[in-house]
Amino acid sequence: MSSVRLLVGTRKGAFVMTADGKRKNWDITGPHFAGWEMYHVKGSPVDPNRLFASQSNSWFGQLIQRSNDGGKTWEAAGNKFVYDGVPGTHQWYDGTPHPWEFKRVWHLEPSLTDPDVVYAGVEDAALFRSSDGATSWEEMSGLRKHGSGAGWAPGAGGMCLHTILIDPINPKRMYIAISSAGAFRTDDGGESWTPINQGLRSAHIPDPTAEVGHCVHHIAMHPARPDVLYMQKHWDVMRSTNGGSLWQEISGNLPTDFGFVIDVHAHEPETVYVVPIKSDSEHFPLDGKLQVFRSKTGGDDWEPLTKGLPQKDCYVNVLRDAMSVDRLDSCGVYFGTTGGQVYASPDGGENWEAIVRDLPAVLSVEAQTLP
Amino acid sequence: MIRVVLPAHLRTLAKVNGEVELQVAGEATQRTVLDALEARFPMLRGTMRDQVTLERRAFLRFFACEEDLSFVGADERLPEPVVRGKEPFLVVGAVAGG
Repeated sequence: MSSVRLLVGTRKGAFVMTADGKRKNWDITGPHFAGWEMYHVKGSPVDPNRLFASQSNSWFGQLIQRSNDGGKTWEAAGNKFVYDGVPGTHQWYDGTPHPWEFKRVWHLEPSLTDPDVVYAGVEDAALFRSSDGATSWEEMSGLRKHGSGAGWAPGAGGMCLHTILIDPINPKRMYIAISSAGAFRTDDGGESWTPINQGLRSAHIPDPTAEVGHCVHHIAMHPARPDVLYMQKHWDVMRSTNGGSLWQEISGNLPTDFGFVIDVHAHEPETVYVVPIKSDSEHFPLDGKLQVFRSKTGGDDWEPLTKGLPQKDCYVNVLRDAMSVDRLDSCGVYFGTTGGQVYASPDGGENWEAIVRDLPAVLSVEAQTLP
Repeated sequence: MIRVVLPAHLRTLAKVNGEVELQVAGEATQRTVLDALEARFPMLRGTMRDQVTLERRAFLRFFACEEDLSFVGADERLPEPVVRGKEPFLVVGAVAGG
């Protein structure tokens, strides 16, 4: 019988949660790396027991951990992230030039085909690649050097490269997203990159339709239709049907279109999930009601999913990497909150139950479907 | 032999309990002590000083013999009690944050 493993990163450690296909009873181990900020933990699709974890704090900096047994044991991997050449400056919050400085790894994206290849999205924004299982890292500097880098600026959480999507059909094509620069695509395996922000409109930047400068919060893709992308921007939920070349707003009837997470059902490429957040100044659900919204039509027409979620006095946030889906026949949907809850729905969002309620603030959730 | 006391997170990372005892080649300085420490515990690379510039991380301090050695040159000889193993070289994390 298939099972599910959740890899949960929090402000004070990582947790590994496993359940059988019913996804009712969960075994939880952790905290792994207690006291450290675990921005992201993710497993290789080729070898699900090979996990990579981003471990950091302000005192001791960035570490990368690797497990070859599904998170039972870990070993420190390489943590030398050096920008290619002289990195120069980007824009600071006040518009002045600010030196590029490595701070942390936000996101680790293992290759779809090679368990030794893994990509790292870092702050200050850049993309790194390892081809030896995270032992050594090399910047894919074509992104940072494509021309607009000097104009990129940090969002409230820093200038982070937080989303990495690999096209499962065309291995030369990847997508990344940066707060606050926007989305970029490569069609040559990372040598060169193109901003893909046409159709985005951001009222809080000087030129609302600028080529770069948009605060993209997250992008999701269904592997069967990699040209169709869904984006949760700072404000606005967006969709592209041509690999990001043009975006259209699909916020439709959402009560608020601010938010961080977005994900796609494992078996229904037009079924999309978001968690609306009140506003950029009030990072919690509307009216204290935690609601996942689902569209079965690729956007515009959204329905609230609330069964099992708190519908009063709930003022948590759901951060950009904190939602994931499994690939069981009845698609499981999972998300974690800044209040330390991890919610699971074994039936595509119809019913929710908290796996755990009192973890440190959840930064990321990744679901693995195991044989 | 040089005695080194690491902060709790780095002891956990290095999988050690209590003090670390190091043999340091040549003159005992901050640089040679950290070189020896990182050689024995590679997982500590980058956690105390930048791997390229070798500058001390901002939220760390080095103490010994009730003195703050954080701003002493990396190649200056450590105090004699540290060199002779009478006093430990302390790596201290700033008391900050939550």
